Amino acid sequence: MTMTDQPRTVLGTRLLRKEDPALLTGEAKFTGDIAVPGALHLAVLRSPYANATINSVDVSAALAHPGVRAAYSGADLVDLWAAPMPCAWPVTDDMKSPTHYPIAVSKAAYAGDGVACVIAETAAIAKDAIELIRVDYTRHEAVIGLEDALSDRVVVHDEIGTNRSYTWDLKIEEHEGDIDAAFAAAAHTTKERFVHQRLIPSAMEPRSVLAMPQPFGGDMTVYSATQIPHILKIFVAVVLGIPEQQLRVIAPSVGGGFGSKLDVYAEEFLCTALARKHGVPVRWTEERSEASMATIQGRAQIQDIELAADEAGRLTAIRVRLLADMGAYLQLVTPGVPLLGAFLYAGVYELPKAYDFSCTGVFTSMTPTDAYRGAGRPEATYAIERSMDSLAAQMGIDPLELRRRNFIPTASYPYEAFSGLTYDSGDHDAAATMASEMIDYAGLRARQAEQNVEGATKRLGIGVSTYFEMCGLAPSRVLASLNYGAGGWEAATVRVLPTNKVQVVTGTSPHGQGHETSWSMIAAEKLGVDPSDVDVLHSDTALAPYGLDTYGSRSLPVGGVAIANACDGVIEKARQIAAHQLEASADDLEFSDGVFRVAGSPDKEMPLAAVAWEAFTAHNLPDGMEPNLEHHTHYDPPNFSWPFGTHMCAVEVDTETGEIEVLKYVAIDDCGVQVNPLIVEGQVHGGVIQGLAQVLYEGAVYDGDGNLRTSTLAEYLVPAAPDVPPITTGHTVTPSPTNQLGVKGVGEAGTIGAAPAVMNAIVDALSGLGVHDITMPASPHTVWNAIQQAQGGSQ
Amino acid sequence: MEISVTVNGVTHTGDVEPRTLLVQYIREHVGLTGTNIGCDTSSCGACSVHLNGEAVKSCTVLAVQADGQQITTIEGLAADDGTLHPMQQAFMENHGLQCGYCTPGMVMAATSLLKENPNPSEHDVRIGLEGNLCRCTGYHNIVQSVLAAATK
Repeated sequence: MTMTDQPRTVLGTRLLRKEDPALLTGEAKFTGDIAVPGALHLAVLRSPYANATINSVDVSAALAHPGVRAAYSGADLVDLWAAPMPCAWPVTDDMKSPTHYPIAVSKAAYAGDGVACVIAETAAIAKDAIELIRVDYTRHEAVIGLEDALSDRVVVHDEIGTNRSYTWDLKIEEHEGDIDAAFAAAAHTTKERFVHQRLIPSAMEPRSVLAMPQPFGGDMTVYSATQIPHILKIFVAVVLGIPEQQLRVIAPSVGGGFGSKLDVYAEEFLCTALARKHGVPVRWTEERSEASMATIQGRAQIQDIELAADEAGRLTAIRVRLLADMGAYLQLVTPGVPLLGAFLYAGVYELPKAYDFSCTGVFTSMTPTDAYRGAGRPEATYAIERSMDSLAAQMGIDPLELRRRNFIPTASYPYEAFSGLTYDSGDHDAAATMASEMIDYAGLRARQAEQNVEGATKRLGIGVSTYFEMCGLAPSRVLASLNYGAGGWEAATVRVLPTNKVQVVTGTSPHGQGHETSWSMIAAEKLGVDPSDVDVLHSDTALAPYGLDTYGSRSLPVGGVAIANACDGVIEKARQIAAHQLEASADDLEFSDGVFRVAGSPDKEMPLAAVAWEAFTAHNLPDGMEPNLEHHTHYDPPNFSWPFGTHMCAVEVDTETGEIEVLKYVAIDDCGVQVNPLIVEGQVHGGVIQGLAQVLYEGAVYDGDGNLRTSTLAEYLVPAAPDVPPITTGHTVTPSPTNQLGVKGVGEAGTIGAAPAVMNAIVDALSGLGVHDITMPASPHTVWNAIQQAQGGSQ
Repeated sequence: MEISVTVNGVTHTGDVEPRTLLVQYIREHVGLTGTNIGCDTSSCGACSVHLNGEAVKSCTVLAVQADGQQITTIEGLAADDGTLHPMQQAFMENHGLQCGYCTPGMVMAATSLLKENPNPSEHDVRIGLEGNLCRCTGYHNIVQSVLAAATK
């Protein structure tokens, strides 16, 4: 029996978060808050040049600076590295990846690449001292444009001789030639190019690391503002050659990630290596300008997408060519990001086996890219949803109507897609209908017809996007088929303590998602205890030794399900104990509200609290049973989960100034069963604004020399409260049939749905003026220019 | 330079380097780490505290400028018995925080905002919090939190 069939008392309630009091009163400790007397402070000297040979590094003046303990060039540190920094996703066997050390040895490959470092008594002294280091560089031309990079006119890494890292293909045909035949026979075709600018993730907490040698035996504890303490532990062991059992990694309170802390970084290795070398704690906290340059950036893709459709607008083939900007090095999963999108270019639509995807990853002289909220899936969704609007415009039909003609029918689920993946469940018409009603789609269209008349300077636009999230990363065997370097399982332990309090140990690692609250709710629902009696242990590899951490909207559909499974294990053990004590058959015991009852004998019962005590004393357990009430389990999901939804957006564009006002935003998200709607809504709100911000505001700007011109929050426009609209949320609930909770996950849905909804609205507003597309971010200047160009005017 | 600053009702006297920022003083000298640092351009507002009852970004104030002044940080907002300030309570009830890093600054700015304008409109709240960035919430529930606190 799955939980989705049962009456629920805790799941689905808007329980206030356990995390909040500590965060609201300043008691919560982020990495930089942890006071450690005697810790030395690391500062990294960063290359001002995007492509330069390092001829020599002179650290003598820094060494002589009062308060400096040590100063190193990259060459000085080479012996500390047992292996270079890792890329865990070699997407093809012939993928090229340059050697990447925590401090560059012979060449700086982007502006911000570390070229020397200092440890000193205070952060201020360390920062003063790196200014005293003299580096002799020979500058070379930087490579900024992706197509320029592909030409190999200037090669970023001489050691690999080309800027092409890999080309990864996914071609699916029932019969050879189906794709070409479909395009030849199509009643309608579209061909579009979309450019996803580089985005700077901008988690509010900058990265921070504290490495602390332990008093005995060479053990090391590493605190880091990371999403992935478990993965980090493995790579610290590998890169530094430290026996893994001597490492403990802790992610204390972590201030947002959005993928930017789903990585292993130079400073994590530097702090640990130098703490080990000098036998003292070493710490480092990033400045915001360092966060912009030396923490990964996101998106950075050029997409060429072609659709073929029949007379009615039903899709018959899709062809995608992708250029993906790796930046200067491959970070943890850099090359895999486009692959996560590769399966989503048909959106929520039926597509025959006629799909041709090819992606080439190229090196440039810029900050490495990697996963940023959605990681490949927002890009894919943007391309198909923008293209669907182009197709609708070409056919002269309503874009929502075109989508409805292509929706995968609800009755087809579980649905085997063109790619061979099976989509678990969906009801796209229901989500679209709810969104239409909530935003008054028909009313807006009527108003638009009245408003957008010849000469109108305030034009109304309505944007639609429908999406799949594809999350719950991931079935380990599917990851293996994609050459990913690890599995996708999650671990959980549930123990009922002698006094009937519950500990949940999870391998997920939250940084704002509220896992302590949601995981308590799952255990409370299962075990019949109050959520306040459950404590969740996480983000510390000594407390939770197994785990694959938090990213890809995986925590609930993988980690949360693991907890539910572990609770089942506890209940089964408890059932045996209760049966033994009640002298009944275990099969006759029913468990609800925390009490075992003998079916048909309502007076014979034993609460879980009593079972827990019996398990602890072990005075009278069934023969051969081990003491204590604990169950440990690992869960490898059988499938991805497939949250879906419809977002709609209404904007008004001032054609004289190019300014855009978002009038209304409606997000209908179906993430299956909701554990805590309060938290779900929060995830959607934040995700939507990040997607909207890509369309309206954000973009990393590099000049031709490879200098980042938007390295502070004064230049990079992370929107503030007045810059964004309120969000109206709604949801349908289509449980996932692949797990006992019926959950799907929600972390990235908002971001995936939002960008195309907003851009479709803007283009819809201006289509009467001949505007077909607008480059992101759609600043007033860019919008105004697009209007002038479409009208045949000069810029 | 020797300065004397009253933080959350307790007076601290000691030497600071002249270049010490108020936020560094609060975190490193007084040892209160609830006040966070999110940028180096006075853009994010994570370091907002009250200086003589009014919200300031403590990264734009030198510690020496706070000599003889009253500072309130997030640690000084709840009652002595631990009862949350109505603004803290409203943030909790309206899910106005996720990772919580911007939250201390956001709460300090919001309490200052309500002191100036006890009955703000949604628009007033959004404008009033313009100097505080949040990356998690999309601001929706922060605005709801402040509006809810205004009714208490």
